[in-house]
Amino acid sequence: MSLVAQVGVSVGRLELDVAIETGPGTLVVAGPNGAGKSSFLAALLGVHPLKRGRIVVGTSVLADTDAGIHAPVELRRLGYVPQNYALFPHLNVRANIAFAVDCANAAGNVAPTGTVDFYLEALGLQTLADRYPRHLSGGEKQRVALARALSVKPLALLLDEPLAALDVSARQEVREFLSGYLRKLGLPTVVVTHDATDARVFGDRIAVLESGRITQTGSWSELVAHPASAFVAAFVGKNA
Amino acid sequence: MKPRHLHRQHLVLVGLGAVLVAFLALPFAALLLGTSVADMRVGLAHPLVWPAMRLSLLTTSLSLALVLCFGTPLAFVLARSQGRIARAIETALQLPIVVPPAVAGLALLLAFGRRSFFGEWLFPDGWSVAFTTAAVVMAEVFVSAPFYIQAALSSFRGIDPQLVVVARTFGAGPFRVFFKVALPIAAPGIAAGAAMSWARALGEFGATLMFAGNLQGTTQTLPLAIYSALESDVRAAQALAVVLVCVAFMVLIAVRFGFRNTKARTEVRS
Repeated sequence: MSLVAQVGVSVGRLELDVAIETGPGTLVVAGPNGAGKSSFLAALLGVHPLKRGRIVVGTSVLADTDAGIHAPVELRRLGYVPQNYALFPHLNVRANIAFAVDCANAAGNVAPTGTVDFYLEALGLQTLADRYPRHLSGGEKQRVALARALSVKPLALLLDEPLAALDVSARQEVREFLSGYLRKLGLPTVVVTHDATDARVFGDRIAVLESGRITQTGSWSELVAHPASAFVAAFVGKNA
Repeated sequence: MKPRHLHRQHLVLVGLGAVLVAFLALPFAALLLGTSVADMRVGLAHPLVWPAMRLSLLTTSLSLALVLCFGTPLAFVLARSQGRIARAIETALQLPIVVPPAVAGLALLLAFGRRSFFGEWLFPDGWSVAFTTAAVVMAEVFVSAPFYIQAALSSFRGIDPQLVVVARTFGAGPFRVFFKVALPIAAPGIAAGAAMSWARALGEFGATLMFAGNLQGTTQTLPLAIYSALESDVRAAQALAVVLVCVAFMVLIAVRFGFRNTKARTEVRS
């Protein structure tokens, strides 16, 4: 299964015109701040309606401006982990996951999902089940956010700057866990980042986004060998 | 140690502030110190007092329920809207705060009084809501709702928008987002707004007098009873005033506590 998207959307002054295809693994969308990375994810999620374009995951058409299709956010079945993880501060870990499981079951657009305990165990969160988000480390919050996102049995996963909110000391460990876990899941995944190390570790392929347009797509080694712009050269050169 | 001229400047600023503090505190001090326990006992036994207290409690409870019921969804929708119409509505909703209560009363009378357009349309048989207990509730809702909406709006605005987006990705519809995410997170600020709104309704005088009159047992609320008692027994007026000041003080404490809690709860540390 693959996520294929042609996205034409206006967000404020930014005109996004982006085409991507994840393949079965992880596509990293990398770019500088203000390039439109988070707006691109918001367009995939359905928060910003497309001006033109098409978003398809496997055989599910989530949006198609020519056919007049615009599935609402609630029905897209996209697992989303935002940069700050957005855990509900008034709910403990178990209740955070239970909220997602209940919503997914009630929405009826998905076969009954696993139990809360299933997701707690899958992400190694059993001992943290009664803790509130304010008492979790960055890495723990990320695992809770991931557990919630997976509980909708998503067609694809969208991760916005997954390590940006972490202390430098925690990043290496979380990066290893996350890249291994994403590989194990085998879901079409889009990871948005401005960090070259994250792009190299997570990305089966990397699409570089500059000023609302993809300027180059390829593997890390292809980007290193033939950078298509000054930004790509600096991006891969500095951290290669 | 500060040089002397800097110290003097500091003292001037403190002195200017102290003048206003004294001016604001003096009337309350006069009221509280000038009312003995014996005055309170005699005052509270005045025949105006208990009907007015009962009526105030009833009408402010009803007006608060109406404000919460209609104001909370309104504040939630406005907090999430970014269009010009939403901003215009938000500004217009503040109007009852800045217009004199007598104007509010007159406007209510013209809108819902016996010969008004809405009055005749709502009650073609000639009945009028004006000068009834329902009119007291309407006047209280009119003047107190903006305080609640403003507080609820800022509480809802304090919620990280990503929480709503994430909830929607799970399949949560607007009701679930509202009741299970937004409302619990904004609850302390909302409670503080409700307390402010209730206190404003409790103190409402001008609009009630214009639209509902001053009929003992039917429309005579605590502030109107104070006004009436001044003509017969000043001790009753003082006793009622002391009660109102104490209630207002408790509300202020609740408001401060509520806002502090909202700030702590809406903080999503990453």
